[in-house]
Amino acid sequence: MKQSTQSVSRLLHKRRMRISDTVQSVPPSGIRRFFDLANELEDVISLGVGEPDFVTPWHIRESCIHALEQGHTSYTSNQGLPELREEIADTFRRDHSLHYDPNEEILITTGVSEGIDLAMRAILNRGDEVIVPEPCYVSYVPTVIFAGGVPVTVATGIENDFKVTAERIEDAVTEKTRAIMINYPNNPTGATMGKKDLEEIADVAIEHDLIVISDEIYDKLTYDGKHTCFSSLNGMIANTVVFNGFSKSHAMTGLRVGYALGSSDLIGAMTKIHQYTMLCAPITSQMAAIDALRNGRVEMERMVREYDRRRHLIISGFNKIGLDCFWGKGAFYAFPSIAGTGMTADEFAERLMLEKQVAVVPGNVFGDAGTGFLRCSYAASRDDIKEALARIGEFVESIAGIA
Amino acid sequence: MDLAQNILEIIENDPKIDISEIAALTGSSDEEIRDCVCQLEGDGTIRKYKTIIDWDKVDNGFVYAIIEIKVSLERETGYNVVADRISKFPEVRSVRLISGDHDISLTIRGKSMKQVAFFVAEKIATLPQVQSTATHFVLKTYKEDGVILHETEHTERLPIVA
Repeated sequence: MKQSTQSVSRLLHKRRMRISDTVQSVPPSGIRRFFDLANELEDVISLGVGEPDFVTPWHIRESCIHALEQGHTSYTSNQGLPELREEIADTFRRDHSLHYDPNEEILITTGVSEGIDLAMRAILNRGDEVIVPEPCYVSYVPTVIFAGGVPVTVATGIENDFKVTAERIEDAVTEKTRAIMINYPNNPTGATMGKKDLEEIADVAIEHDLIVISDEIYDKLTYDGKHTCFSSLNGMIANTVVFNGFSKSHAMTGLRVGYALGSSDLIGAMTKIHQYTMLCAPITSQMAAIDALRNGRVEMERMVREYDRRRHLIISGFNKIGLDCFWGKGAFYAFPSIAGTGMTADEFAERLMLEKQVAVVPGNVFGDAGTGFLRCSYAASRDDIKEALARIGEFVESIAGIA
Repeated sequence: MDLAQNILEIIENDPKIDISEIAALTGSSDEEIRDCVCQLEGDGTIRKYKTIIDWDKVDNGFVYAIIEIKVSLERETGYNVVADRISKFPEVRSVRLISGDHDISLTIRGKSMKQVAFFVAEKIATLPQVQSTATHFVLKTYKEDGVILHETEHTERLPIVA
């Protein structure tokens, strides 16, 4: 018994030593703890999920089934099915007047997350810096670190509707800066940036010869105004890698398929890594993606209209409860401030979960600039949103009563 | 999106929804919604607020049949005249002009197959413009007006994901 305990601890010790310094330097996602907590409770209403509550539209699922029936279960070309790349090229020509060569400037990836990893590894030398505005999606900073780069975070704030300013980026630029990571419509804030706002960022990028990595996965979920694709800005097409996919717009998160658009040297370098590490995105998902682009507009627009209704419901709901919430114009997140309650976001979220069984994510998980905020996804049914708001209202009242 | 269209889409799926909730969903005031709904009701855009019922779950439910009709037209009587006349029977739940082999399609509701069959024989087939009828009894309804009646889909999401 004693011996086995010893050997187990020796094993653990050894294992710890086997992990690289780089990986050890990255803390596990702050969401993990809440995930475990939520699993222990019953009757949890979740506003904690970054994925649509809609099931993938039937015509897309049906095309997966058809693809399997036809026996399409093999590898595709490393870059992805030519028909899919052509369909994407057509979409960008139509929607943004952008011309991408499907043979050299488009890469199909296993979701945007893989694509961003490829881009970082393709452009960064050890010690190169990437400017990352926060609060931001949890993967950006670790992805830069895993690629040997150094993330330099810049804060965005409520005073500016969580838009990143050219000034902040300019201040963060050093000789080692290689790229700017940008994500609008934004996870976790729901913020969007208009064409003019983005042009100012583009000016900084051009002045310092920086690559812009633009994660535009939420572009279809823009409720006010029109989304501007970063590479459509003057002079940016050669210096931007645009990422997009089907997870949010067509409720296809689990199918894992996305794409990267950029100049042939960048896409070529990314394809090199992709071909050795991933080979290709799953063929079933790629065929589903073709159908999503060809036939998916009506269903997508129906979902977007419903998200917009929920956006009104949840944001006005938070403001009524007394948790100030700015009117984000995109994605499916409300980002209310809980500063007035005197609690930290971690405390608030944990107690809300334990006392009222409502799951939300504390804003600081997305970087220090998210301190004092909650990320609440409105990719949940209206009934769930109403019930969650009622419970959060009771909770806020109960803590106000104590204070 | 246009407010009227937004409201229509909302109440088509949920006619029991409160005015104040429609206001919250669309970012409008209660007054704006009330005015808009009033106008839509007034001009006949909204015809009726209806419920979808799975009558199979009720003892003593209903029998449905789809009737296809061929019509012979005369100079004075167009399809509208025939359709108007058929529409007046309460047993007739829907009347549609269709393309193809037949001209008009009806949905008939009755208490028994016998009653429906006799109704068609006595009241529809005997109309002077009706050339022939084909009766198809409904054995089971899987989906009604966009609603799947025997939903089998269950999807589970993890409660917290980045």
